Amino acid sequence: MKELSLNILDIVQNSLTAGASHIEIDLAETDETLRITVTDDGCGMDENTVRNVTDPFYTTRKTRSVGLGIPFFKLAAEQTGGGLTLKSVPASESDGHGTVISALFYKTSIDFTPLGDVASTLCTLVQGLPDGTEITFTHSLPGGTVSLDTAEMRAVLCGVPLSTPEVIVFIKDDLASQYAEARAMK
Amino acid sequence: MKSLEELAKIRERMAGKVALREGENSIRIVVGMATCGIAAGARPVLNALVEEVAKQGVSDKATVSQTGCIGICQYEPVVEVFEPGKEKTTYVKMTPEKAVRVVAEHIKGGKPVVEYTIGNTII
Repeated sequence: MKELSLNILDIVQNSLTAGASHIEIDLAETDETLRITVTDDGCGMDENTVRNVTDPFYTTRKTRSVGLGIPFFKLAAEQTGGGLTLKSVPASESDGHGTVISALFYKTSIDFTPLGDVASTLCTLVQGLPDGTEITFTHSLPGGTVSLDTAEMRAVLCGVPLSTPEVIVFIKDDLASQYAEARAMK
Repeated sequence: MKSLEELAKIRERMAGKVALREGENSIRIVVGMATCGIAAGARPVLNALVEEVAKQGVSDKATVSQTGCIGICQYEPVVEVFEPGKEKTTYVKMTPEKAVRVVAEHIKGGKPVVEYTIGNTII
């Protein structure tokens, strides 16, 4: 993956597959570090699956016997001196089921993959977001915070789909202006 | 979110059109968005398709959607076009530039861009 924002897009697909109704994407950035956390209330995974998902030769899909999403994300974090943690509660065990995946990156490392175009990742996610699933996104930077909340947007849109091209363009422009403000304050 | 008022304006503009649109769009454009697709560059391809469908005024007859791994990872980014009553068209090794042509010639013009399809691409 050329950008961490692509890893985020890939990891969030797992939450969608898990049937999550709420997905939280949280980016916490300082001058030296970046922490990316994705929290969902999807079906979760049992202990055995959690142990296996970082193995590139483990996958649930049927088309191929490799699964590189989480291994790529883990590698990207570890090569900067950071790491990945994964916690999951399966639906069979508790009503409070879901998964939290969190990765820490050291931005000062020469092997740090740039975060890249997060706005584009969010537009892609919103474009394909099923009804009944909401995303909240927060990116805290040293100069300010950038955020997006699809539930809030749906409430304003009253039935006009989030995937409407005009809405996607609006999100793109809105995030661009939020980022410009947060970065200017630094 | 900054300007929810702006979003409310979009709602007012779109409300009438959306009602019309439902049930009419018969062509489905599907983009593979699993790890393989994303790593190969599917995100800009998808965004280009969404943009072009709107820009070229074919959003009344085509929708863009996302799917998982299609099973031909070495050909990613892969875009499939489903038209009622016709055979599926599979475009491989897609780029945002190719996406513009697919929307213009295939979705709008009704003629698949044969040179971008799986049978005609040399890997």
